Parts: sequence; structure tokens; C-alpha cells
Amino acid sequence: MLRVDGIHLAFGGLRALSGVSVHAERGRITSVIGPNGAGKTSLFNVISGFYTPQQGTVALDGQPITALRPSARARAGMSRTFQNIALFHGMTVLDNIKLGAHTTLKSGVFSAGFRLPGARREERELSAAIQRDIIGLLELDTVQHHYVEDLAYGLQKRVELARALVMKPKILLLDEPVAGMNSEEKSEMSRFVLNVRKDWHTSVLLIEHDMSMVMGISDHIVVLSFGKPIAAGTPDEVRANPDVIKAYLGTGDEAAS
Amino acid sequence: MPHAPRFSRNTLWALLLVAALVALPAAVPRYWIYFAGLLGINIIAVHGLNIMTGYTGLLSLGHAAFVGVGAYTVALAQSRLGLPFYLAIPLAGLAAAVMGVGFGLPSLRIRGLYLVIATLAAQFILNFVFVHWQSVTNGDAGLTVQPAMVFGYPLNNETRAYYLILACDVAFTLFAVNVIRSRVGRAFVAVRERDRTAEVLGVRIVWYKFVAFALGSFYAGVAGGLLAYFNQFVNPEQFGLLLSVFFLSAVIVGGMGSILGAIMGAVFMTLLPEILRGGALSIGGTFGFDLSSILVPLRETVFGLLIVGFLILEPRGLAQLWKRARYALHRPPNPDARSGGAS
Amino acid sequence: MNPFVAFAEYSAVGIAGGGIYALIALGTVVIFKSSQTFNFAMGEMMMLSAYFFYTAAVTFALGPLLGLILALVGSVAVALLIERFALRPMMGRPFIAVVMVTFGIGSILRGIVGMVWGPADLQIPAILARTPVIIGGMFIPGKTARAFAIAVVIVCALIGFLRYSRAGVALRAAAADQITAYSMGIDVRRVVAFSWVIAAITGCISGVLMANVNSLNPSLGLVALNVLSVIILGGMNSIGGVLVAGLLIGWLESVTGWWFGTEFREITPYVLALLILLVRPTGLFGSAQVERI
Repeated sequence: MLRVDGIHLAFGGLRALSGVSVHAERGRITSVIGPNGAGKTSLFNVISGFYTPQQGTVALDGQPITALRPSARARAGMSRTFQNIALFHGMTVLDNIKLGAHTTLKSGVFSAGFRLPGARREERELSAAIQRDIIGLLELDTVQHHYVEDLAYGLQKRVELARALVMKPKILLLDEPVAGMNSEEKSEMSRFVLNVRKDWHTSVLLIEHDMSMVMGISDHIVVLSFGKPIAAGTPDEVRANPDVIKAYLGTGDEAAS
Repeated sequence: MPHAPRFSRNTLWALLLVAALVALPAAVPRYWIYFAGLLGINIIAVHGLNIMTGYTGLLSLGHAAFVGVGAYTVALAQSRLGLPFYLAIPLAGLAAAVMGVGFGLPSLRIRGLYLVIATLAAQFILNFVFVHWQSVTNGDAGLTVQPAMVFGYPLNNETRAYYLILACDVAFTLFAVNVIRSRVGRAFVAVRERDRTAEVLGVRIVWYKFVAFALGSFYAGVAGGLLAYFNQFVNPEQFGLLLSVFFLSAVIVGGMGSILGAIMGAVFMTLLPEILRGGALSIGGTFGFDLSSILVPLRETVFGLLIVGFLILEPRGLAQLWKRARYALHRPPNPDARSGGAS
Repeated sequence: MNPFVAFAEYSAVGIAGGGIYALIALGTVVIFKSSQTFNFAMGEMMMLSAYFFYTAAVTFALGPLLGLILALVGSVAVALLIERFALRPMMGRPFIAVVMVTFGIGSILRGIVGMVWGPADLQIPAILARTPVIIGGMFIPGKTARAFAIAVVIVCALIGFLRYSRAGVALRAAAADQITAYSMGIDVRRVVAFSWVIAAITGCISGVLMANVNSLNPSLGLVALNVLSVIILGGMNSIGGVLVAGLLIGWLESVTGWWFGTEFREITPYVLALLILLVRPTGLFGSAQVERI
């Protein structure tokens, strides 16, 4: 579904990514892991379109998207969450979620301002779809009319996930979805991600530090270290890979569990 | 933004309000009607600035100049083209929108600070044009405007002009509410809050900045057009920097990013000069001074104090104070806000 | 008169006037570098200083020297008050909110000046001699030339200070990277307050000079809005750029006034600002980080 091939990314003299390739298969959960500074977030930013790599290509569902701006990639079916929650304050949970569907709607200033039938129908259908497909799935019924800035951290992360899902993306990029959560919240989030994969067959690409979550839900794992890929395979294969163990124990900042 | 389930109650209140406003001229003295007309015009202008600055985060320090463009357009459309009000006013809006986009466009792609500078430049350049392009604007002497003709009736007194303004207010407020509640309105807030994230969600940032700026300037132009018919006179002095500060104060005091806030801010700010004048004259009278010469600088100071004070102390403005008051009266504190995730 | 000589004369006068613009712009750039805040109230601060000078020197008959000293003290006090009570509470707030606050402060100061001193022109003691300076056949008005000379001296002193003194180095460090500066023991809040002090001093001196060259009235504050084009042209965080831009824009203003008529002088900086925004918003020397996608 998402093919990232041979990405080389450098900032001035600093090489962030050297020859990184990741293939996220359709309907599968692929994880990118690695010690801090391995280049995971840089990779995501390349995939999103914020950084232009010096070399390499990104293709979604067979279409090359390397030249597209971030907003065009959204229209192509790419959706993303952020490491530090990027919800829009001053708007309710429901409005934030509706923003996720921005590319699927068409109304402009005039059709919205004059409340033309097309615009009204669009909004109605969107609200119904959200109630039907998202609110229940992510258990957001009680908080849907609250302002996002009033919510607890774990809930905010869930709202961000909801927002990323509402456009029924072809590929869902999750940037550290369980960062800062306690174990109960983490297993809850893992459950939601698995449900999304089960019910909608969405392809997922995620970055995470939490090993138990990654090992627990991933179908395929890619390991980066200092911007280079050092291993790829199933959780069992990666867990046993000596290069991976060395990379982690060497820097000593992850506890593989 | 209002909670969805309470929609019909709000509509009922709104209808009652409109009914009361329609009946108003029968119940109050003429001076109040004049005032209400002025307020109505200010409301439309403040809606425009609120859409640009409050919702989308594009600061404009030249809003008054675009109001001026609208006013001059109506005056000229009437005298040179003989257009009736229902063509002149939309034309005024359009002219202001084009002018606004013209000044703002180069800055929409880059950092917000540049747009601020561009709007300030617009304020001074347009004012310069109003004063010096004598052949068209008649310079400082200004242009007279004949009353608008509605079905053969000239709107030549406050009451008749008031009804036209009321109708426009209802229409333009509704339009604004509809836009804000739609995909477009959500995009505006997204652009203001986190533009990179908005891009990732597919929102074309530059396009929506353009739309917000054009729409806001259109509102300014319409307000200016109505002002021309209301005062029956247009001159450069009416559209200086102080008026831009006035509109900005209204948006901030009322509450940025809130339709109700725009209205409350306009009401507050329209009343304020009257209160200041009354206060200054009575204080002056008590002590035997003639304080009328300080009215203009007094306004500048008070407007500035309001801007600074509200931004520091209550950035969400009167609308927020109103919401808190209503909450305190009607509901107990909501216990559900922090549940749903163990912490 | 020979048009070539006339052109040269207007150019010289323009450049001389530009010296004051550069001085005002410098104050704004110093604040911007240290706290990423664009001070829209610079002109009004400058104007207030000039009025302080008038009050001390004329109303209290203390003479120009003491008047200047008191004006400096007053300006610094006002700047510190603004920084402490209006800007520090706004730290961390969105950029346009801070801009609106400085704009609001400008309005407050403008109003105070209008209320306290009234709208009429006031005469301040002539601290600049009026005898024209003659260079190769060009007559440059004495006040303008001397104001330029003083501005040059102040600018050099300021640059030397920023480069070599401890406080100056601290300011440049905080301007480059606040977090690193903190970790090296630099109190960034004091640095920010200090940048306002510098702006107050340059503002005061340029205000007094400007009031001498022109006259003292409440529209003096609007001059600093002219300075906006200087700042954009020079690049918002480049001291050197702003100096060059000041001279350039002073020159352009004068020459435009000569060519198109004096009423166009006042509009030149704004038209210029728009043109610069269109063509090269980062200015001549600004760093690319000031622009974005």
C-alpha cells in the first residue's frame, strides 16, 4: 500500500536518513522502531511531505506521491497523528473529528453561507457517518461536545486518532500513539488500533518506543538506527536479531519487554 | 461554538430578538434609532474583522480603510453610474474585497507579521488616495450621497435607514454563522491554530487565508456602503487609523472567534464613545474645564487599554464572560469532562 | 538649478534623514532579536520621549542637557513598565496576540500624548545649529546634517556596545538561541528587558532629533510606521541590513518627494513596504527563517 524506497535525507551536513525503505502492506500493521535519534520522526515527515528527501521515492497505492504537498497527500488517502497532540483548541471534539474529513467534503463559502441543499446534505451525512462509525468505535460518546482542551491526555490522543480515521484513509500514520500513557491507556489504544485494522482493513504505519505494544500488535517491523535500516521482519524475527539487540543495549535507553 | 442539541432554543431567542428589533423604532426616541443604525453598521464591519482575525488569525490593522473603499464605491456608483442600492452595496463589498486581496495577497503565503504590515500600509495608502485623488473623491471636501431608494421610498430618515440596516444585519449575521459552522469555518480555525497540521489534513492554507481575507473585506465594504447611505456623506476623515483600532478593539473585547462575541464587541464599542463623551463633559463641567478637545485622544487611550487589558486578562472576551455567567446560572459543573481515560 | 545638482542635494538630504530612520529601526530590531516581538509602539515611545524632553527642558526650564537626561530616564522607565506589565504576561501567547498588544500600547501612548500636551505644535530648544552644511555646492540643512552625525555616533556606539560589552554579548546570545543562553546562565528575562532599555534610548534620542529637525506634535509617532519599510527591507533581524535600509529609504523618500511632489513623500515608505513584500520579503539581509512555505 505504502512504498517508501531508498530515502536519503540530509540537513546540511547532518545525515538523518540513509537509504531507508519501508513497505507497509495493505491491511497490515507495520511499525518503525529504533533508539532515539534513529530518524523515525524524520521518516514520517518525509512521508507526510514536510521534508523533501535528496533521494528516494514515496508511493501510495501504486501512485508516486513524492512531489505532492502535504494537503495533496491527504487527498490521496494519507492520514496522520502527531507525537505531541495536534488538536485544534477552541473547537469541540466533534468539530475536530469533522476536520479530518475535510478532503471528502466539497462545500465552499457560498454553498455553506447560503446553506444550499448540497452543503446541508453533506454535513448531515458526515455527522451521521461519524456517529455511526467513529464515536462508537473509539468510545467518545460522552465527550463529543466538549472542547478538546478540556480533555485528559489519553482522551485527546483518542480524539486525534478519530480525526485521522474519519476520512477512511488508505494509510494511517501513527506517531507515537501511546507516548505518555499509563499501561491501562496503552492497552486500550492498542485495542482501538487493532479494531480499526479488523473492521476497516486500514493499513497502518506506526512509530513507537513502547516495545510491548509494538511486539503485540505489529505484523511487520522495521528497525532504524542512526538513520539506517538495520533489520526488518516479524516481531519474533526482530526480537531475536543480534544487530537490533546491540543497537538498543548499546544506547541503553529502551527496555525491551 | 454552540452545542448542537441546543440549536432550537437559540433560534427561538434569535427570532424574539429580531421581532423586538423590528418593533424598536415605535418604542424609543429618535436618537436611539440613529444609534441603532450606527450599531448595525458596526456589527457588519466587526463580523468581517472577526472572520479574518478572530477565526482565521489574520491580523488586519487597516479594516477602516476597506470600509472607506465600500463607502466611496457607493457614493461613486450612485453619482457616476446611477446604480440603485441593491447593486451599489454588493458592488461596494466586491470593491473592498478586491482591494483587500490586492493588498494582502503577497503576504498570505508567508509569515503573519507581513500581513499586518501590509494592512497598515493599506490603511495609509488608501487614506492618501481618498485625500489626494481629488478628481474622483473630491478630497477632504468629500462626496454627498443621496438616500437609498427602496420601492420608490427614499430612506431619508433614521428609521427608514434603520430597517435597511437591520435587514442587512440579519442576512449577514446568518451568512457568517452558516459559514462558521461549516467545513469552511472549521478550516479557518485550523489555519489559525495549527497550520501545518491543517495541511496534513488536506486543508489548503493559502486558499483559506485568501477566502477569509476576501470575505472579511467584503463585509467591510458592505458596512462602508451602508454607512454612506446612512450619513449621506463620505469623506476621508471618517476612515482613519483610529477607526481601525476601534474595530480591532471590538473584536478583542467581544471575544475573538465568536459570532456572539463580534456582536457584543460592536455593542460595547459603539456605546463607549458616548459614555466617554458624557463622562468627560460632566467631569469637565463639574470642574469648569472644557474637555471636548481631549475626546479623540481619550478614545485612543481607552481603545488601547481595552485591547491590552482584554488580551492579557480575558482573551476570550465578553462572550466568554457571558458563557461563564450562563453556565453558573443553569448548570452544575460537568463531572464527565475528565473521565474516559484512567489517569 | 542644475537638475543634477538638485538630485544630488535631495539625495544627500534624504540619506541624512535616513540616519534617524536607521536609529529608530535599530531599537525595534534589538527587541525583535531578543524576544521575537515586533514592537508596533516604537514610534509612540519615541514621540513620548520627545515630549518628556520638552516638558523638562521648556516647561520646567531645566535646559536642553538636563532635559535630555530626564527624557532618557523617563523613556527607559516607560519601556520597562511596558515590558514588565504588558509584554511579560503575554509570553508564550500566539505571535499576533503580542503584536496586537504592542499596537494597543501605541494607541494608549498616542492618546496620552494628545490628552496631556494637546494637538498644537510645540517648540523645543534648538539643540542642533541651523547653519547649513555645504558640501561641493550642495546645501544640506544644518539640522538634518547634524542630526545625521549624531545618529551615526550613537549607532556606532551601540554596535560597539553590542559587540564588546558583556551585556551586549548576552543579548546577542539570547537572540541566537534562547535555550542555550539559559543553560549558560544568561537570564533571558533580563536580557529582554535590557533590549527594551536599548530601544528606549535609541527611541529617545531619535525622537529628540526628529522633533528638532521637524517640529513637535502628536503625529511624530506615525513616523515610526515609515520605519516599517526600513525594517522589512533590511531584514527583521539584521542590524547591518536595517542601517543600510534606513539610508536607502531616507534617500528614496527625498528623491520621490522631489520628483513627484512633496505630498508623495509620506506615502513612499508604505508603497515601498508593499513592493518589498511582493518581491523579497526577507529583505536585503534577513535570514531565510523569517519566511515560510
